[in-house]
Amino acid sequence: MLDLTWLLIAVPLASAFVLILAGKRADAWGHWMGVAASATAFVVGFGAFLQMLGLDAESREHAVHLFTWISGGELTVDAGLLVDPLSISFVLLVTFVGTLIHIYSVAYMEHDPRRRIFFAYLNLFVASMLLLVLADSYLLLFVGWEGVGLASYLLIGFWNHKPEYATAANKAFIVNRIGDIGLIIAMGLLFANFGTLSFDEIFAEVGSVDTAQLTAIGLALLVAATGKSAQFPLQSWLGDAMAGPTPVSALIHAATMVTAGVYLIVRSGDIFALTETARVVVAAVGAITLIMGAIIGMAKDDIKKALAASTMSQIGYMMLAAGLGPIGYAFAIFHLVTHGFFKAGMFLGAGSVMHAMNDSVDMRRYGALRTAMVVTWVTFGLGWLAILGVPPFSGFWSKDKIIEAAFVGEGWQPWVFGLAALIGAGLTAFYMSRLFFMTFHGKARWTDDAHPHESPWLMTGPMIVLSVGSALLGWFLASGDRFTTWLEPVTGHAEEHDPVLAVPVIMTLTLLLVAVGVVVAWLKYGRADVPEEAPAPSLGVLVASNDFYQDSFNRAVLQRPGTHLTRTLVYADAAVVDGAVNGTGVGLLKLGEFLRKFQSGQVRRYSALILIAVAALIAGVVLGVL
Amino acid sequence: MFTAPEISYMAFAPMIVVLLGGAAGVLVEAFIRTPATRRSVQLALTLVATVGALGVAVVQWATYSPDSAGVIGQTGYFVMDRQALAWQSMILIFGALSALLFAARTRAGESAFTPLGSAAPGSPEEAEAHRRGLEVTEVFPLMLFAVGGMMAFVSATDLIALFVALEVFSLPLYLMAALARRKRLLSEEGALKYFLLGAFSSAVFLFGAALLYGATASTGYGDILAYVLASPGDLTLIIPGAVLVLVGLLFKLGAVPFHTWSPDAYQGAPTPVTAFMAAATKAAAAAALLRIVYVALYPLEWELSWMIWTIAILTMAVGTIVALVQTDIKRMLAYSSVAHAGFILVAFAGFSAEALSAVPFYLLTYGIATIGAFAIITQVREKAADGTVGGEATRLGQWAGLGRRDPLLAGAMGLFLLSFAGIPLTAGFIGKFQVFAAAVDQGGWPIVLVAVLASAAAAFFYVRLIVLMFLTDVPEDQQESVEVDYHPYTRVVVWITAAATLLLGVLPAGALALASDAGTLLTGL
Repeated sequence: MLDLTWLLIAVPLASAFVLILAGKRADAWGHWMGVAASATAFVVGFGAFLQMLGLDAESREHAVHLFTWISGGELTVDAGLLVDPLSISFVLLVTFVGTLIHIYSVAYMEHDPRRRIFFAYLNLFVASMLLLVLADSYLLLFVGWEGVGLASYLLIGFWNHKPEYATAANKAFIVNRIGDIGLIIAMGLLFANFGTLSFDEIFAEVGSVDTAQLTAIGLALLVAATGKSAQFPLQSWLGDAMAGPTPVSALIHAATMVTAGVYLIVRSGDIFALTETARVVVAAVGAITLIMGAIIGMAKDDIKKALAASTMSQIGYMMLAAGLGPIGYAFAIFHLVTHGFFKAGMFLGAGSVMHAMNDSVDMRRYGALRTAMVVTWVTFGLGWLAILGVPPFSGFWSKDKIIEAAFVGEGWQPWVFGLAALIGAGLTAFYMSRLFFMTFHGKARWTDDAHPHESPWLMTGPMIVLSVGSALLGWFLASGDRFTTWLEPVTGHAEEHDPVLAVPVIMTLTLLLVAVGVVVAWLKYGRADVPEEAPAPSLGVLVASNDFYQDSFNRAVLQRPGTHLTRTLVYADAAVVDGAVNGTGVGLLKLGEFLRKFQSGQVRRYSALILIAVAALIAGVVLGVL
Repeated sequence: MFTAPEISYMAFAPMIVVLLGGAAGVLVEAFIRTPATRRSVQLALTLVATVGALGVAVVQWATYSPDSAGVIGQTGYFVMDRQALAWQSMILIFGALSALLFAARTRAGESAFTPLGSAAPGSPEEAEAHRRGLEVTEVFPLMLFAVGGMMAFVSATDLIALFVALEVFSLPLYLMAALARRKRLLSEEGALKYFLLGAFSSAVFLFGAALLYGATASTGYGDILAYVLASPGDLTLIIPGAVLVLVGLLFKLGAVPFHTWSPDAYQGAPTPVTAFMAAATKAAAAAALLRIVYVALYPLEWELSWMIWTIAILTMAVGTIVALVQTDIKRMLAYSSVAHAGFILVAFAGFSAEALSAVPFYLLTYGIATIGAFAIITQVREKAADGTVGGEATRLGQWAGLGRRDPLLAGAMGLFLLSFAGIPLTAGFIGKFQVFAAAVDQGGWPIVLVAVLASAAAAFFYVRLIVLMFLTDVPEDQQESVEVDYHPYTRVVVWITAAATLLLGVLPAGALALASDAGTLLTGL
């Protein structure tokens, strides 16, 4: 099965092409073909996983050579797959959650005339994402990286007949370009220093390269990661990306694609291991984003945007963990996996609620939905408990480890990062509880035409499966350090270090803060009445609900000058460059008309011209010699 | 006392075949009286002579070793080396293609030539000749003599031999240029100017030769070189002599300011003759220039190079700029050929050895495209209101919409124009690249800069015609006034030249290898 991993990419990709090319005749069965392609990928991935379990820890890294991709001068790039515990973890997450979301989408998109195209894009995404995580070189990874970017763009703008959705797709695409430039620069630096782009060869030689170069590479990789994973300062696109259909938000903008940045950092762990500076910057970016995302999440009334802010914040946790070095890599991936389950589950829950509420996303018009939608309430509740980090649910096992790891170290770092992680947990508890209570508890504030009802089993089924994962996966993977041991061949073995605060103290503080967050949220949004219209916001709420005015900042500082620069250039091009060209042309034509007069048609003038020229030439040559 | 010269007949077989063919053609004129039969026989004879000579040349090419092999004939008057064979083959190819154009006719059965050259335009004699279906099939032997003269021209290594060859190929050209069927006065005027100025430049050439003889007591290239090398200080006669001789050759090449004959002659001459003249004369002139510069005059590089530079830059500039304002397609191509003469001279900058293979390749690409383009011009005809097809439609405006009328023909024309402009994937690009590389090789980058700028400006009028053919709507009143003619010979020439233009542009390796083999001159005469 390990050698068949190329099927993981080939099957969804082929399915995507068939779905696009087959046209309307595939409308009847296209969506099931999409589901089958994703499920096939899961079966192949699971088979590979089982085979890998049977191997020793040391021999779990398996290279699959596909073909020589680029052969030119100094640069030879083979297209190959790297199947190891890290990539197979991603494969299982992507294909399992992906397949569930495919099934969910069959019902969710039932009334959309372009459902077949939607599934083609979903399959394209799955293929690209798997290529991203299975690639054995930065260059091939980049192909997948761009592929998921394309799929994300296509799916955010899936309903592009609404101009603001199309704008949101453009925004995501353009912001991601900045990150992509980072990855391109990183590849350039890698090639300049190592003469290759393959993971194996780079990581084998990494010790022989100047630290400053490694720092530069690390920071360039971080730029790439912040773009793809919606981290500060490139996070602005994620909120708008919620314009896409909800299954897309669940799969791409919560569970998988947005975690690609974390994957990139962890995969490049050998590089970051040697550059303290880059690592601290990664951790700082993570810490800033996790607090920022949480604050934004507190102020959002749009259920999907609140969840998006939460995603940002949770990936901030992962990024923080990844920035801590080998000690945090495994926890970053661990949290990534559990988050993939509970956040996807909650997004599907949100989709189910929207389905029931005429596609409204305003939580102020929800409320008291627990009786109308029991399954959604229970499954969403399990996700809520998981993200809060309440034991024994999944989030507790992964997030608590990150908070503990953040407190490890010397000097100022453990205090800053540790406290950020700790406070973030309290904020998370508040805004997630606020979301949960506003939606499912309190009084019904429905609009008149809303008739909430439970969703069909095709939608609730995947939600139930994901909620089981939200509840139990963390405990299952954490018991006996199962997951960290499994990842050890890739992330390296981390020595145990004692945090600056005792572990029980940290745990108690965390749970205390979470409890406070939940209680405050209950008092404000569960027990008390929630106004149907948002009250006049305080300054803090205003700032947070406007995403810290980052869009305005970007517009004023980046876009306006950029626009002016382009306008000036266009003007200069028209006036100076075109003017010069046109002027030259006109001048030449005039010169031509003038020279034409010498062609008088009279032989005596021609011969005189020749005579003068001969005389001039002889005079010139003779004078030149003298 | 007279001693019979020693002639290596075998070495000169290609020339002999062609000249014998010409002589046989004269006999055909005398003995076959039916015009139609005579024409077929003449065409066959011309093709046999040129293709046969080409075959002989190819065999000889194979027998010479690449490094400076050859045969010195007649005590150094002519030399046969790979360079000479390459040029001769090229001229033979141009001759054979032109012969097909000579024989082509319109749908109405008209040839490109007047029925009776001696009749005054518009005279009763001319009308009578038209009525009786007379034809001047003499153009075929005339062309063979011209080809033979050019072949001698490219292998001459003696000023006297060079002059004789010059006159041998020039006189038939003067005649042929005057034989256009339509616009007779224009044709005769152009031919007369060509002849007068040609005579004038011959005089200049002879004056130079006399000065060189006066200085060195010899007309052989070897002796001139020996003299220059032996007494570098005493150049009082040598330098003016060299300048005058070069001017004589630059006249044939069509370099500014000795180009004034070419627009009139190109426009007035029957288009098949223009094609032959533009392609073959330029090749012969460039070859003779190469040989005299690289065999006899190269020690004078310091003294002569500024002259070459000045003339090259002038030629490129004037040719390009005046072509911009032309409204007649034949005149436009005439000025374009002037500009090309300038590009050819670029290769001489610094007297780089690369020029010996770059220039032949350039002329091959240029000549092929030129013959193709003029062949297409013969196919685009004016049509009168009563439906009779008249002369060639050479006003640029008349070419509007040709792309819709005959996409293939217009496409071939576009290809030739792109090749003239030196756009990649056409032969012209490779040719220009070779020539410019030869100049850069010897540090001549300033002149290459000018050449590149001139190419850019020249692209304007080439592309303008393409835009006209493909992207311009035909005005209503012109819809019916132009017709695309058809003759299989012409079309064969168009397809052969188009295929060669594409082939030399996409896969130039083989031809470049041949050109590189041709880059060896037999020296030490």
